[in-house]
Amino acid sequence: MIALAIALPALSAALLLSLGRRTNIWGPYLSIAASTSAFLVGLWQFLLMTNRPTEERASITTIYEWLVVPGTNFKINFGLQLDQLSVSFVLLITFVGTLIHIYSLGYMSHDENKRRFFAYLNLFVAAMLLLVLADNYLLLYVGWEGVGLASYLLIGFWQHKPSAAVAAKKAFVANRVGDFGLSLAIMMMFIIFGSVSFIDVNASVSGSPSWVPLTIGLLLLLAACGKSAQFPLQSWLLDAMEGPTPVSALIHAATMVTAGVYLIVRSASIFNASTFAQNTVIVIGVISLLMGAVIGAAKDDIKKSLAGSTMSQIGYMVLAAGLGPIGYVFAILHLITHGFFKAVMFLGAGSVMHATNDNVDMRRFGGLSKSMIFTTITFFIGYLAIIGIPPFAGFYSKDHIIEAALSHSWAAGIAALFGAGLTAFYMTRMVVMTFFSKPRWEEKVHPHESPISMTLPMIILSIGAATIGIGLTQNNVFEHWLEPVTGFSEPHPPLPILTITYITLGVVALGVIIGISLNRKIPKVAPTKVTLFTTAARNDLYGDLLNETLLMRPGMKLSKFLTIFDRGVIDGFYSGLGLITGSISSRLRRSETGFVRSYALSIVLGTAILVLAILVVRL
Amino acid sequence: MSPNAYLVLSGIIFSIGALGVLLRRNAIVAFMSIELMLNAANLAFVTSARVWGNLDGQAAAFFVMVVAAAEVVVGLAIIVTIFRTRNSASVDEASLLRW
Repeated sequence: MIALAIALPALSAALLLSLGRRTNIWGPYLSIAASTSAFLVGLWQFLLMTNRPTEERASITTIYEWLVVPGTNFKINFGLQLDQLSVSFVLLITFVGTLIHIYSLGYMSHDENKRRFFAYLNLFVAAMLLLVLADNYLLLYVGWEGVGLASYLLIGFWQHKPSAAVAAKKAFVANRVGDFGLSLAIMMMFIIFGSVSFIDVNASVSGSPSWVPLTIGLLLLLAACGKSAQFPLQSWLLDAMEGPTPVSALIHAATMVTAGVYLIVRSASIFNASTFAQNTVIVIGVISLLMGAVIGAAKDDIKKSLAGSTMSQIGYMVLAAGLGPIGYVFAILHLITHGFFKAVMFLGAGSVMHATNDNVDMRRFGGLSKSMIFTTITFFIGYLAIIGIPPFAGFYSKDHIIEAALSHSWAAGIAALFGAGLTAFYMTRMVVMTFFSKPRWEEKVHPHESPISMTLPMIILSIGAATIGIGLTQNNVFEHWLEPVTGFSEPHPPLPILTITYITLGVVALGVIIGISLNRKIPKVAPTKVTLFTTAARNDLYGDLLNETLLMRPGMKLSKFLTIFDRGVIDGFYSGLGLITGSISSRLRRSETGFVRSYALSIVLGTAILVLAILVVRL
Repeated sequence: MSPNAYLVLSGIIFSIGALGVLLRRNAIVAFMSIELMLNAANLAFVTSARVWGNLDGQAAAFFVMVVAAAEVVVGLAIIVTIFRTRNSASVDEASLLRW
């Protein structure tokens, strides 16, 4: 039954792509219908699941035997695992996905390739659902690659812009590095455990030597870093903002980039078995959450600033996922709340761009609250949610992550706390620069509110962003819901929980105050006399430079050297052989003089030598 | 009579034939020299057959004769054609087929 949720969007994408222009008129509506019905299927399954007792909630449906090699134990089913974790993702993906489909109707209304856009969105939804519903790593890998493909196609959707085409390629290549880790991990699982299904891997991981979960864990972490734009594979996410804004909201904020967190949480048994792998996850999470926040604080491009924020928030989730059973639930909780508030903010940014002739420079916004009332309110709710003001969603998830981090170690906890302050700072900066402060618009810009198809999804998502946190944490309902899948143990922070909450709120308030006071006067052009640190942050903390000097240029040098080696040495050897043979034969052929008598002489001499040879051998 | 004399005679005739092919330019003479070599071989065959007392050598001699007859037909035809086109039967002058 749950297979329908994957099949309907996939079918719709196939129809729209294969029928071509004929579907231009009704294609987007079919696409929305497919996404909506996927949501309804997911909701129905969710309701069915809540009616069952806890231990019977998870179920595996084997659609068919997918890969079987006779004579070996290589057998992989096309099976869908519907449990508390995957159904949470299904609901998030299809709900946010459907709203963003609807939003795109308004946002992309003037684009002549609208149908193709909706087809790709459907393709993405199908692939993402396959990713979270797979019951084994190989099938997950199919979905993993599927979302990577959809992401590539959608980042480069306006491929006539060279920057978009380059960004798409960059995202693809960076993801490929991560995918390499995932494929190696799957191969290792098959060799060592003899199976790649979640159940078998979970069962056999505890009995294996300690290097096995360590290696597999680190490889899975590499995969997660690629997909979730974590350090050191983060650089593609900021460039990915070249894609249309609904894509940034759906794929590069709410769903696809969180696949890495899903992978880590899904592989909980592997990470639980290796403390070193877990600590690496924590370190990566902390680095990314600070880096993302710093980048987000320095960018003037509203979408890139939000992208830095996404990287930072996913850093929180990865950090939480690295904490083990005390963090898994909160990683997923933050993932879901982030899906709502980040989506609403991206959609808000898209709405602002729609109103200002596709401008993204926050220095040319300002004072938009007067003309765009719905966008402002919904964005502001998203803002309150991300900086973590109760009762908005981010407060509940982030506060829990800080508590869990503190109970792991002071360093992780303080880093998370500092990140919360930075978040408050850069989000305040963004809100002030965009919606408040004096108008600094370019000429001929007349801001206006977006159409209903765009504001409606924003309103619904902002309601979610406001309420979902308190809803999911009432009576610890989410902990109890996920506990059978991910396990849960109560964190024991070194400080009382209420104290931590107050400290967090104090740090957030400090960030807000600094954010307001530093942005009283906003120059229309970014000041150039800035500290080295700001310059570094504006340049994505030199992530690209690092990649270029460490990987790209040595790679180019290596390939140049290999070309010369190939041309000179290898080709040289074989061409040399040919040349020598050629020159010998061109000399030898001179013996063909055309004089019959010289041929006769050689025959006679040859015969004589043969006879002599026979005589010698005989004797 | 000892067969050695026949074999020596056969060797001498063969050598004359071989030298004739190598030294003479006239195609007809070269051709006759080839015939000499063939018949020297025939003589050796027949002598051997006599010495061993079976007929294999005799049979081989007949084969050689038949082949020689066929060869004369083809060879003379070629020589006549060459003579008609070049007005000469010198084997050295017809040397176009070369590197």
